[in-house]
Amino acid sequence: MSEPVLKTESLHKSFGSLEVTRSVSIELPRGARHALIGPNGAGKTTLINLITGQLTPDSGRILLDGADITATPVAARVHRGLTRTFQINTLFPDLTPIEAVTMAVCEREGKASQFWRPLTAHAEAIGEAFEILTRLRLGDDAMRTTRHLPYGKQRLLEMALALATKPKVLLLDEPAAGVPKDESAMLFSVIAALPEDMTILFIEHDMSIVFTFATRIVVLVSGGVLLEDEPDVVRSDPRVREVYLGQAHG
Amino acid sequence: MLNARTAADPHAWLRRQARWSPWEVVFWLATIIPFYFFPTYLTLASQVAVTALFAISVDLVLGYAGIITLGHAMFFGLGAYFAGLLTKTGWGEPLSGLVLAGLFAALIGFLVSFIIVRVQHLALLMITLGLGLLTAELANSLGWLTGGTDGLQGVDVWPIFSRFEFDLWGYTAYAYALIVLFIGVVASQRIVHSSFGLSLRGVRENLTRMPAIGSPYRRHLQIAYTISAGLAGIAGAVLTQTTETVSLDSLSFQRSADVVVMLILGGTGRLYGAILGAAIFMIARDQLSGMNPQYWYFWIGVLLMVVVLVVPNGILGGLSRLVRGRGT
Repeated sequence: MSEPVLKTESLHKSFGSLEVTRSVSIELPRGARHALIGPNGAGKTTLINLITGQLTPDSGRILLDGADITATPVAARVHRGLTRTFQINTLFPDLTPIEAVTMAVCEREGKASQFWRPLTAHAEAIGEAFEILTRLRLGDDAMRTTRHLPYGKQRLLEMALALATKPKVLLLDEPAAGVPKDESAMLFSVIAALPEDMTILFIEHDMSIVFTFATRIVVLVSGGVLLEDEPDVVRSDPRVREVYLGQAHG
Repeated sequence: MLNARTAADPHAWLRRQARWSPWEVVFWLATIIPFYFFPTYLTLASQVAVTALFAISVDLVLGYAGIITLGHAMFFGLGAYFAGLLTKTGWGEPLSGLVLAGLFAALIGFLVSFIIVRVQHLALLMITLGLGLLTAELANSLGWLTGGTDGLQGVDVWPIFSRFEFDLWGYTAYAYALIVLFIGVVASQRIVHSSFGLSLRGVRENLTRMPAIGSPYRRHLQIAYTISAGLAGIAGAVLTQTTETVSLDSLSFQRSADVVVMLILGGTGRLYGAILGAAIFMIARDQLSGMNPQYWYFWIGVLLMVVVLVVPNGILGGLSRLVRGRGT
């Protein structure tokens, strides 16, 4: 397989005596559709926080396109094409979707510091924002205040904001968290329609969705990688079954 | 109303957000009334205009960028003293004095902004408060320069365009303050409706998300703080030029606190709320202190509580809700 777009080398992170990430080394090749699964508290969100820079690892390296980004600030990683979404909606409640996504486009283009040029003069940015919203079926809601949008649409907006940064690597932290089953299928059909060369890692609890969309699965348990393989192998692995069945009984 | 917009064009919708409303035209026409009907109140009217401009400068950081400040009188006072001291050097031309005072305050604001963007919440409040108090004490101790508690005397401002002298009745003063306020509002609106203004609202709405969409939000905040400091400095300079004196009061904590009260009364994050709040506050102070000079703040306290409890978005926020008939 070709050179990985994103690579972590034995990442470690502890909060006091609690080791939340243990020697995690993963590789995402271009166009990957990897799922990150594991029981609650396995450190899935922590791993995403480390990769995108919200947290700093105690040791280990993160490489994006071969370049070491371990010490790069969050915003600079986004400009290099590494973007995430949040498990809990992290939106702009009083802005409308068109405003929020246009803002993200302007930030990407470095136009957000221009305080003398009217927003409406950035017609291309507005057009692109509306195109993203339409693609995510938010076109009709683009001019409604975010706080008044139904929850499922807010989840879509969460993704629209990330897409506006034109990511090469997109990390989706439970994109369908809290969304009813029928709507979550819709959400994942949106994800499935993303460009093929976009590299995607997503966290998801619903195994039927994981086995439908993931080409490879990383199983995280107690902060460490238990297994990384193709869906069929993961499905039949006794250790994975034990972890999940054990969870179900506990 | 919502349905009618479903097929709307986002470009047109965004343009509508930045458009002048008929209310604004009515408001600016109303500002001319004091010239004809209340000439005895012209001095008060120009003070209202100065205070409104100061309140707008604070609204830019507090209402739009979400930076809480209890020390903005610092920039107002720096502008006021700069404009006063400039005339003492023998240069009394008001317009260039205004610009220079604004640039000076903006420069100090820029330097301070490096600290401001690194702290949040209570620490931010304490830093702004501390800097404000420091500046006031500095002006107090530099009596040879500032006149100390006696204030800066002998400020001599030349006529505007060598033609319009600042008269005793305050006609020129009010016209001058009003025009500066108008320019200040137009410039602030331009900033607010730029892509930069949008990013400021983004910072206010969700600071955590900004870096995740690639925003260098600290730089945005620095720019906003610098602009705001400059505008506050211009407001201070107008006060100096129209009253031809500067007192320590221009740097006081009271002024920093009052302006926040005005913003909360009028409504934050909407520019005109700052003007309305300043007008209500200043007129109430004038009328109430006439009745009872000691206890007038009692009524401001009552008004503040009523506003916060009944219309949390300020008086203008409440009004715009009434007019539109829905919550946006």
